[in-house]
Amino acid sequence: MRSFEQHLNEFHQRDVEVVAISVDSPAESQKLCQSRGYKFPFLSDPKAETIRQYGVLHAKGGEGGKDIARPAEFLVDAAGTIRWVNLTDDIRVRARPESVLAAIDRL
Amino acid sequence: MKRRRNILIWAGFAVVLIALVSYIPVFALFPATRDVPWATYLLFLIGSALIAAGVRRAFRDPERNRGKISGSILAALSALLIALFVASVTYYSKQIPSAEAALGVSQKAPPFVLADIAGNEISSSDLLRNHRGLVLVFYRGYW
Repeated sequence: MRSFEQHLNEFHQRDVEVVAISVDSPAESQKLCQSRGYKFPFLSDPKAETIRQYGVLHAKGGEGGKDIARPAEFLVDAAGTIRWVNLTDDIRVRARPESVLAAIDRL
Repeated sequence: MKRRRNILIWAGFAVVLIALVSYIPVFALFPATRDVPWATYLLFLIGSALIAAGVRRAFRDPERNRGKISGSILAALSALLIALFVASVTYYSKQIPSAEAALGVSQKAPPFVLADIAGNEISSSDLLRNHRGLVLVFYRGYW
């Protein structure tokens, strides 16, 4: 998240928006964005519906057996087609913005 | 002869502790030290070497060096902490379901309408109308 924030200008230069999605409520995400200084949209999917549709549900992965998202990154083009996907098998290891930017430049 | 305090043991234990607690606030911030935590492992190695040297001199020359008991306890504690860290990065952080169900390249991205931090409904179709593309970053959340 932090590395996407640091590269936000490079995404915006390419006219690509970065959007974060989790089951967190808007209020929780607002706290996060304020404390970490994130300026791209954080969207709330409390029932994990969108998360389920993208196939990145981590059933009962949260506190008290709550359904949450597994970490994943998708690049979607203007026609609404997925053009690049990153699915980690380790919650510590996330996509590096550089590789997403490279995928955008290949579009 | 007064036995001297075995500083190596305590310094080594301090290095191990620093290695452990610095991972999340420092090294995990940078992909280069996060994905493979080599900096943390290096600190563990330095700390362990200091403790080992301290324990060695405590047992070899106990007339002059203290630390036979404290050194053994701190060595065992360090080994435990290091094992805990290794287990966390090699096992616990990989306990996520497989991504078999995930959508793949060239599939349609399901449209969505979700609330942003101000409670405004944001739709993917609006976002795509105004931009050349979208990067969707799904994350576990902080609940």
